Amino acid sequence: MVYVAACTFTSLAAQQGRGAAPQGRGAAPAAPAAPAPPPTGKAGAPVDLTGTWVSVVTEDWRWRMITPPKGDYASLPITMDAKKAADAWDPAKDEAAGEACKGYGAPGLMRQPTRLRITWQDDNTMKMEADAGTQTRLFHFGDWKAPGGAPSIQGDTTASWETGARGRGGNQPPPMFGNLKTVTKNLKPGYLRKNGVPYGDKATLTEYWDLMRQPNGDQWIVITTVVEDPTYLSRTWITSLNFKKEANGSKWDPSPCSAR
Amino acid sequence: MLRTLTAWATLASLLTVAPAFAQGQVQEAQARIQGTFIDLSGTWANRLHEDWIERAPGPHIGDYTGLPINDEARAVADAYQVSMQNMPERQCILYTTQYIVMGPQNLRIQQELDPISGAVVAFHLSGTVDRAVHDIWMDGRPHPSPSAPHTAGGFSTGKWEGRMLTVTTTHLKSGLVWRNGVPHSDQATMVEHYARHENMLTVTMILTDPVYWEEPFIRSATFELDANTRVLPEPCEPQVEIPRPPGEVPHYLPGANPYLAEFPKMYNLPVEAARGGAKTTYPEYGKALRSTYKAPDKCTVYCCGGTPLAAMNNNQGACRADDAPATPPATAPPAANPPASPPARRQ
Repeated sequence: MVYVAACTFTSLAAQQGRGAAPQGRGAAPAAPAAPAPPPTGKAGAPVDLTGTWVSVVTEDWRWRMITPPKGDYASLPITMDAKKAADAWDPAKDEAAGEACKGYGAPGLMRQPTRLRITWQDDNTMKMEADAGTQTRLFHFGDWKAPGGAPSIQGDTTASWETGARGRGGNQPPPMFGNLKTVTKNLKPGYLRKNGVPYGDKATLTEYWDLMRQPNGDQWIVITTVVEDPTYLSRTWITSLNFKKEANGSKWDPSPCSAR
Repeated sequence: MLRTLTAWATLASLLTVAPAFAQGQVQEAQARIQGTFIDLSGTWANRLHEDWIERAPGPHIGDYTGLPINDEARAVADAYQVSMQNMPERQCILYTTQYIVMGPQNLRIQQELDPISGAVVAFHLSGTVDRAVHDIWMDGRPHPSPSAPHTAGGFSTGKWEGRMLTVTTTHLKSGLVWRNGVPHSDQATMVEHYARHENMLTVTMILTDPVYWEEPFIRSATFELDANTRVLPEPCEPQVEIPRPPGEVPHYLPGANPYLAEFPKMYNLPVEAARGGAKTTYPEYGKALRSTYKAPDKCTVYCCGGTPLAAMNNNQGACRADDAPATPPATAPPAANPPASPPARRQ
């Protein structure tokens, strides 16, 4: 028991970044080390989100797997302006205007039945591709600043890891648990639901990506998704989406946007 | 510093005094020291921003969309008649704890603390109205033997994985997953993950059932911390709501449920899609379906459900214009429309 306690105490001390260097009496004081730079997004990742993930549509099936009928707004905290806009939805007009991808902007894309392919584009940029609509989102870590250009379908996304861990220095190994937080702004107006329920150009999408490992070996990402839109939502719209890891990308099947 | 010392003291005392149950509390102490311990206690509001129809009024009869069920489950659900719940002997049967992510109710979480060490012995998730209490033991106690009684609450143990609480539940009674009769068996087990992000709590449940489900069934629901939320238990007192001859149990014989065709017809869905199954939950199924699917011209049922516009039409039919009369749904009511009489009271 004492041995177990000692091991545990030692382990905990190590995890706090304490006790690693001898502090013996009489030793010359060590020169203060220069603070290590913060780890890059890739190096600081507490969990590995890379790979191919498939959305398993067990919730809101009728609103996600197919395009629901016009005028179906169930579950959405929309305003009257949103209702008016949705009532005017005309997919033929969207197609004619080259706007078939309005349902594939970040807030709508993540609810599509799709596969995601997540890779590191560089040390501070995670790339998320979706085969539905053949879309790409980029998650920027570190002190990246949005270029501030015109709004785009996927907007500008900043990313950070949330670990809650204390006492870590830059030279410590990353903690083994944590989640990704992404915040997306500068979105071009689009649809929350493919039947024309809109979001506006002031919408913000905040997502929390949690990795969940199962006893049978399955891995899931559950994304808690928060959409704020002062134009078309009367309050934040909160949902959670489930993606299961696949062994490989053999089922990856890019398809173009469809307005219908 | 005080918090850290307390955690160390807790850890030391547990290792020397209570070895049988120390594992969970050691883990908690570690989590506190590392700063990853999350207090989940509070009242959490269910916003119903997903699955409003399933969670609020109840799913349509014969709607099994998105459910990876097998033929056995379909047979049970097809035979189900919701008025079975009116029978006095069934009124107080609780939904099993998986109903946290299936039902409309809010959630209260309380911590039970060891009076000496202050360590979390258990989380208690409120039962409410018709959902069983969910006790999650955090002190490392083992699950009981397979032959131990099964209950609506099951037996649950939790462990921290960083800032996420992972819970394993066994010993569940059989129960309803959806209120239109889709079942789970008493062989079902459940893994839950409780992930708190700021004032939101996402509860993910993965139900594995070798009897009725083709694949593990995942659902998640996000709650918001809300001190104004009411979570009221409702004691149950059975009473006769519908007089029936002795021994009569409402049900449909195989092939005799007259309402199964209504749901796919209402939404122009192929019958196969309405019947669920694992393959219908993957994108390739949707892709094939969309190549031939044509939605109805407009929504006719529950179109405003759960929206701020709902008051215009009492959550029922199409979202009408301000000056148009409300139109009741033209088809049979969904499976679990609230009964006209007051709900049964529990005790």
